[in-house]
Amino acid sequence: MNFGFSEEQGYLRDAVRKFIDGRCPIPEVRRLMATRDAHSPELWSALAEQGSLGLLVPEEHGGAGLGWVDFVVLLEETGRTLLPSPLVSTALAVMALREAGSRAQQGRWLPRFADASAVGTLAVLEANDVQGAPGVGLVATGEGDADVLRGEKRFVADAGSADVFVVAYRGRPGIRLGLVRKDAPGVRVELVPGLDETKRSGTLLLDGVRLAPEDRLAEADPEATLEWLLDCGRVAVTAEGLGAAEGALALTVQYAKDRVQFGSPIGRFQGVKHRLADIWVDTESIKSLLYYAAWTIDNRRDELPRYASLAKAYLADAFTRIGVDCIQLHGAVGYTIEYDIQLYLKRSKWLRPMFGDGDYHRDRLARLALAANGMGGNP
Amino acid sequence: MDFNFTPEEQAFRDEVRAFLAAHLPNPVPDEDPDFVREWNRQVRAKRWIGFNWPREWGGGGGDLIRQFILKEEMSARRAPALGTDFMGLTWVGPAIIVHGSQDQKAEHLEAILDGRTQWCTGYSEPDVGSDLASLQCRAERDGDEYVIHGQKIWTTSAHFASHIFLLVRTDPTVSKYKGITCLLVPMNTPGISVSPIENLSGKASFNQVFFDGARTPVSNRLGAEGEGWRVVMGALANERSGISESTEMRQHLDDIRSLARDSVRNGRPALADDRVRRRLSEMEIRVEAMRLTGLRHLTDQLNGKPSGSETAINKLQRGILELEMSELTLELLGSAAQHQGELQHEALAWHGTVIGGGSPNIQRNIIAERILGLPKD
Repeated sequence: MNFGFSEEQGYLRDAVRKFIDGRCPIPEVRRLMATRDAHSPELWSALAEQGSLGLLVPEEHGGAGLGWVDFVVLLEETGRTLLPSPLVSTALAVMALREAGSRAQQGRWLPRFADASAVGTLAVLEANDVQGAPGVGLVATGEGDADVLRGEKRFVADAGSADVFVVAYRGRPGIRLGLVRKDAPGVRVELVPGLDETKRSGTLLLDGVRLAPEDRLAEADPEATLEWLLDCGRVAVTAEGLGAAEGALALTVQYAKDRVQFGSPIGRFQGVKHRLADIWVDTESIKSLLYYAAWTIDNRRDELPRYASLAKAYLADAFTRIGVDCIQLHGAVGYTIEYDIQLYLKRSKWLRPMFGDGDYHRDRLARLALAANGMGGNP
Repeated sequence: MDFNFTPEEQAFRDEVRAFLAAHLPNPVPDEDPDFVREWNRQVRAKRWIGFNWPREWGGGGGDLIRQFILKEEMSARRAPALGTDFMGLTWVGPAIIVHGSQDQKAEHLEAILDGRTQWCTGYSEPDVGSDLASLQCRAERDGDEYVIHGQKIWTTSAHFASHIFLLVRTDPTVSKYKGITCLLVPMNTPGISVSPIENLSGKASFNQVFFDGARTPVSNRLGAEGEGWRVVMGALANERSGISESTEMRQHLDDIRSLARDSVRNGRPALADDRVRRRLSEMEIRVEAMRLTGLRHLTDQLNGKPSGSETAINKLQRGILELEMSELTLELLGSAAQHQGELQHEALAWHGTVIGGGSPNIQRNIIAERILGLPKD
């Protein structure tokens, strides 16, 4: 039993911090926010050279073949300074291919994800905004051995920068996952301006897009694969969100030390320091849940759904409060566009519904507990 | 990061489980004094009381991981506590192991393990609560003895304790932290009197303790004169280590889930109520976070990093949980919440455990100042 990071994971954390300090400090984040996709191909290539993009890609496909505990270290650091990039989206595409891709599909895409020549993303949600398989209403029609898609996918993360979409749809019968290239005939992307300009999304419009059998992922148990991918997504956004919450705390602690009122730094007043202490307790508690959840992905898969929900539920609500309170603790400057704390408030608003909000996961946890304990009363 | 246990650790877990299967009836008759006595005789023989205390003083000489496994298994089967002298086992014994003389170790450690003592801790005073270092209870040297004058309050269990772990001021001329000394005093010492205080749930759990010229030999001093603050800070850190807190809270969560399963709200099963289900899930989130945070601290301890202020995390989480459990218990009882009853009293008692060992706002001060580096107020 060892609930600590390895020496290598410590080096990874240091390396990522150093990379961000040099390549993407907050002024650069603000510059990227003003661009169309908040995505810089130069930064993306630099991330590949630094080894971040291939972290989850197996070595045989040009990656580092590391695990989710390593990936969470990376995301905690990129989240701390709100690094805009399709890192999470592409990692989920990597996981989809690792899990259900054919040798040919893996060979075609994984090396490109690792070397920054392609961006991938999941396209699961629709206008009904229902999580997972129950929300998938896009139905394929058959044309020979091809599935033809007509409809749309909403809330697609990094839709503008993605080269390939892992699309969930209903086949004949059941859920299927297909790979849709952005340049395939009938594909169009509509960008939707985001509240958090470091996070971009759009609508994927599919007008008679043909998916040949070689464009479809394995069909063994696609519904379970989809839920597993979403759980990986929950862990990933929780890691990024935890880093952001820690970033907001650090900014606010510094402000409380610097800002003098009534002849004293405001951080001396208990109304300020107690709130900051509570935020720290929340971020530390989320770490405990998150790190374990990340570990289950590679080691105890059966425990992943519960821990993904525990971690995401805690973060979704805690970060929401943290965003609100950090603005208040800054006072009027917190409400300006100039101070960086507002960027964290917006990130907290982005994060809350992502892969299910707090109540979604509390309901899921209740169902899991009822199933595990055989407790009656499940309506 | 690795949450697997070694084959040897797994074998130890199997040994504990086999012992529990053989010796612990279901349901556990923990109100039966004969059973509890026999239970403690058996676990004492296995050296599971004081599991990580040195073997030469009667402990088990066990490592922290096995101790964790032992606690986890005992808690899962709801076994009675290991040993009867709760404060002796939790704070006093560990402090004596670190700071005590050979004679003190010989006198107290096995007695604690055998349950021949019941310790209480004399910290708070009428004018000294959260600001513990300002304590006023005086001990003056007179030859080979200290003469104690003053008063302690909120002293849990003093009405049946055999000994008191007592903080006194021995030097009023130096800074408040430096003039404090720790004494190990038998409660039957002439000049000590105890007056119970009824708590809000109607029970006598804590007391006033008066010292009116009580004399105790200098050999009962733990650590050097003026070292008392350091001794007690170590003991309080022990109190705030997280693992047992999370196993206890896990049991409370199971209890409140059972209560919810058996309750009806507004004519429907309580578990059909989304709000009840979500609140139970919220508790599960915090209990599980406490368990895993405890494991992170355990890993730190295994790597030689002693637990410091960060153990306040679980103390604060526990407080949040206890108050929420108190409220949900009463809500689930519905109109019966107004009656006297075991669950109603437990719900009230949680208001005390939240404060014991340092109120939540004091924990927040500790975190803000020692960890976040905010200025002291």
